[in-house]
Amino acid sequence: MKPDQTPPSAKSAAPRASRRGFLGVAAAGLAGVMLAPGVRLIEIAQAAPGTPSANASSKVRWGMLIDSNKCASGCNDCVTACNTENGLSGGTRPTDSQWIRKIEIKEIRTGKTQSLPMMCQHCAEPPCVDVCPTGASFKRADGIVLVDKHICIGCRYCVMACPYKARSFVHEPQTNQKPDVPRGMGTVEGCTLCVHKVDRGEMPACVTACSDAGHGAMIFGDLNDPNSEIAIRVASYSSRQIREDLNLNTGVRYIGI
Amino acid sequence: MKITLRELQGTSPGYYLLLAGLALIALLGLGAVWFMEHHGHIVTGMNNQIVWGLPHVFAVFLVVAASGALNVASMASVFGKTEFKPLAPLSGLLAIALLLGGLTVLMLDLGRPDRLIVAMTHFNFKSIFALNIFLYSGFMGFVVAYLWTMMERRMNRYTPLAGLFAFIWRMALTTGTGSIFGFLVARQAYDSALLAPLFIALSLSYGLAVYLLVLMLACHGSGRPLGDALLARFARLQAIFIAAGLYFVIVYHLTNLYFTKHHDFERFILIEGGVHTTLFWLGQVALGGVLPLVLLLHPNIGQMRLRIAASAALATGGGFAQMYVTIIGGQAFPLVLFPGRQVSSSFYDGVVNPYSPSLPEWLLGLGGVAIAGLIVTLALKLLGFLPERLDDAAVQTGSTAQAAAGA
Repeated sequence: MKPDQTPPSAKSAAPRASRRGFLGVAAAGLAGVMLAPGVRLIEIAQAAPGTPSANASSKVRWGMLIDSNKCASGCNDCVTACNTENGLSGGTRPTDSQWIRKIEIKEIRTGKTQSLPMMCQHCAEPPCVDVCPTGASFKRADGIVLVDKHICIGCRYCVMACPYKARSFVHEPQTNQKPDVPRGMGTVEGCTLCVHKVDRGEMPACVTACSDAGHGAMIFGDLNDPNSEIAIRVASYSSRQIREDLNLNTGVRYIGI
Repeated sequence: MKITLRELQGTSPGYYLLLAGLALIALLGLGAVWFMEHHGHIVTGMNNQIVWGLPHVFAVFLVVAASGALNVASMASVFGKTEFKPLAPLSGLLAIALLLGGLTVLMLDLGRPDRLIVAMTHFNFKSIFALNIFLYSGFMGFVVAYLWTMMERRMNRYTPLAGLFAFIWRMALTTGTGSIFGFLVARQAYDSALLAPLFIALSLSYGLAVYLLVLMLACHGSGRPLGDALLARFARLQAIFIAAGLYFVIVYHLTNLYFTKHHDFERFILIEGGVHTTLFWLGQVALGGVLPLVLLLHPNIGQMRLRIAASAALATGGGFAQMYVTIIGGQAFPLVLFPGRQVSSSFYDGVVNPYSPSLPEWLLGLGGVAIAGLIVTLALKLLGFLPERLDDAAVQTGSTAQAAAGA
């Protein structure tokens, strides 16, 4: 058969095939262009909660030891530092978030007074994590209890469950947020132990502020490292957990209460 | 004589007025949600001390009443009281409607109701809240299946089985609802296994009360006869259920009064709690418990129907008061961080927390009630949920015929 005798159908098939091929490639390309950012977004979304955990090690148990004998009544430096570090307003209306607060305690019978900072106690058995329906309330491998703002639905069951009143609900739109500390209206939040600083090898803001004020009432460190200052102190002095009766094994311990 | 289920006939102005009224309240409720979602919970009376407010009072009442509304159907299919059989479809319908109304309020009061899909795809199975999502959807499924077996003649033989599953499930559901509070280990008001059976007893009372109100209104509105003997049986049941609720309330408070660590909380609720004390004694106990009991058990006060309707309304109102005291009162009493010591802070430690619900919260709660009402009102018009006649002769002969057929 001569080459010019190819049937008309076959003749036109070649360009049609290439047009089909082009359309296929174009469609695939277009799909790729359209899907890629989505896939990338999913990657980012999945990576976001995982990234810090990847750094967090279960060999570490971050904790804090607070000596209420050294804590000065009327000193609010830890609270101010927390507000500044985390972009909180510092307001004290019933609807305002307070991640750390100073509690004044008075013994009813003897009249003895004490002062101490109170925040999320970063329990080993956190009731907030138990009750959270979606798993947004979670504990990192290194013992830091956090809220995943992406899956918190704002049910406030954790606020009901926390024995320490350590959780706050964001009641209004937020502006001027800190890049390291995203917050969102309609979700729950609380002390993160300045996880963004801890992951950089720094101290939580409240601990630094207490030290700068000359009180040194707060020590931060790894409870699992026998050579750390906190572990040595916990081993040598009697320290207590607030609401020990609940057996929650808190990461924050107190001396002098 | 055979009892026929038939949809509401005719187009009375009263029916459409009711429908329009309910639709208006539901719309106002949705408007309130839009307002709350736009501005945040700052426009409600809720805060970081009272985190669950009036919407939860409405939602929990509706959910508890929903499981109780299934009582009448369970009486027929599970406990063999065949005279209640023609009343069972309305019972199932009411259970679904109340649950949907309650869940709507619960969902729309979330900080992020737009994340409903997250709640449906991320589960922490240690959370009783997460388990409740399955209990609610399962209840809905079982009751729909149950209604189907009742209303589709070919499926009638499966009604007892479906009824049994629905009954067991409703027990689990109310246990789950009570446990939402019972599992809160740190709060003086909760942290008690007693809350599960208490909520079951309350559900029986609330559910029957709402059922009676709807039944009497529907029969009155559509001109269908409702027998005295049937109502008298319901009255006895209602009295037993109210008494059961009161019994668990007494045991709950007696237990707390025995434990020294709970004395401050009991003093708060029973004596010094202001609105909570008033709502407890006047709303929950006197008007919601004792008065309806007297009305139901005393034969010589006024006309019977009026007494039953009044008792059902009182039990319903008392139920709202009880949920308010349970949910808001439980949060108003401060957490005890240092037993035996006074505490104070900028975060309202150690003080009784005040709460005044805002208009949007009222509208959202009432909107949930209206949604339940809309579902019932429309369903009664579209499908035969209500028997054509419920006079004593019809009910008696109907049940005798069924018993004979069953034998």
